[in-house]
Amino acid sequence: MQVARGETVALLGPNGAGKSTTIDLLLGLVRPDAGSVSILGRQPSAAVDAGLVGAMLQTGLLIRDLTVRELITMFASLYPKPLGVDEAIELAGLENLAEQRTQKLSGGETQRARFALALVTDPELLVLDEPTVAMDVESRRSFWVAMREFASRGKTVLFATHYLDEADQNADRIVLMAHGKVVVDGPPTEIKARVGTRTIRVTLPGVDQAELAALPGVTSATRHGASVALVCTDSDAALRALLTAYPAARDVEVAGAGLEEAFIELTSDAA
Amino acid sequence: MTGLAYTRFELRRTFRNRRFLFFSLGFPIALFFLIAGPNRNEHDLGGTGISAPLYYMVALAAFGTMMGMVSTGARIAGERQVGWTRQLRVTPLSSVAYLRAKVITAYATAGASIAALYLAGVSLGVSIPAGRWAEMTGLIALGLMPFAALGIFLGHLLNVDSIGPATGGSVTILAFVGGTWFPVTSGVLRTIGRCVPSFWLVQAAHVALGGSAWGVRGFVTVLGWTVVLSAAAAWAYRRDTGRT
Repeated sequence: MQVARGETVALLGPNGAGKSTTIDLLLGLVRPDAGSVSILGRQPSAAVDAGLVGAMLQTGLLIRDLTVRELITMFASLYPKPLGVDEAIELAGLENLAEQRTQKLSGGETQRARFALALVTDPELLVLDEPTVAMDVESRRSFWVAMREFASRGKTVLFATHYLDEADQNADRIVLMAHGKVVVDGPPTEIKARVGTRTIRVTLPGVDQAELAALPGVTSATRHGASVALVCTDSDAALRALLTAYPAARDVEVAGAGLEEAFIELTSDAA
Repeated sequence: MTGLAYTRFELRRTFRNRRFLFFSLGFPIALFFLIAGPNRNEHDLGGTGISAPLYYMVALAAFGTMMGMVSTGARIAGERQVGWTRQLRVTPLSSVAYLRAKVITAYATAGASIAALYLAGVSLGVSIPAGRWAEMTGLIALGLMPFAALGIFLGHLLNVDSIGPATGGSVTILAFVGGTWFPVTSGVLRTIGRCVPSFWLVQAAHVALGGSAWGVRGFVTVLGWTVVLSAAAAWAYRRDTGRT
């Protein structure tokens, strides 16, 4: 697996898929049994020592008895070319919490402070392991805005998540993992196209299933009473043909197969 | 200097922890007044030739500083539990800078404890020449080296649940055979005592009588334990962090 400079890549998979192990390998926290890892042409530990990598690990609280600002300042001092402390605080949206002691933060606030620690190091590669766990909806939204802002500076970002919409909305590329293996690797649209189906639901009594399945763009049709579900590879063509051929069709609904369906299909294939 | 900034923040946060300061500074002082107070006019405690206030000043300084040094372990175990140690591993902070910060912080708390006990001692009439104060402090500082290593060893070996009993228990036993509660002048206890570093911490009080408080045996014992426990600390640190 290769990640190019400047890419934002999501490692997506259920718990136990191997996301955190991949990240631990990348950060040099564990050594590979076979194969090798290289970051900007260096061993992971050398890249970490050179301050090229910033990480927000999955588990972790902050040490107590320092203010958020002090902790970020201390972290910045460990790196050769850190961001300004104020800039990191602002990026992570911690302006109002900067003078708080770390032990007083809520779970979501702690996550944001940990994000600020990763940002202040101004790394070339930012690694985030399930960063939005414990965040509420609003923090989550502002977190991703900040992440994209950071990525837009030409930085490489790799994040692990099991939230499918997060991967879909925030990554240029999704690497889907299951059982320790990469199942699919591509842009979010391509992942959807791999399953790529939409479902048309329609109320249409008295029409034969086989007839419906023969419509252009439809791969299969199932009937439950008056209600029919058509699985389509090209829902646009299917819908035109359907409404032309059967003007009586009503209650039409078209549902896109989200990443969720793609995910279930692809990961169960790998099992 | 990356490592030194880290040390500065370690010191700051340690000295901000009021509960920690209360127990590591306040506890030995309270014990000092409890034990030495009633015996303040005893000028030759248990045949040691040392006055009770001086003896217990040093003995409880030894106890307090041992506690302070070993409590580094509790802080390390806590940092490991919350994932902070792992977080530090993905920073450029070197192992040397990390361990140096732990040792310096431990010595700083020990220094505060010694200063507090000296003041308490003076308040009960301890009076010795300036050079002797310095010599005694130097010996105590040297005698604490094994405990700095012991704290790091335990902190990287044990978890938060077991570290409390382990440090509390080991310090209590070491303080007992070392003569913190009463002078160990003869018998099996003395034979055992002479083999452990805590005994020599308390012996630093003999400086006040003039001459050498330690002798070769004291230096060899302290240095021997320092070497052994440092090796153990290095082993536990490597095993815990996978760093070399």
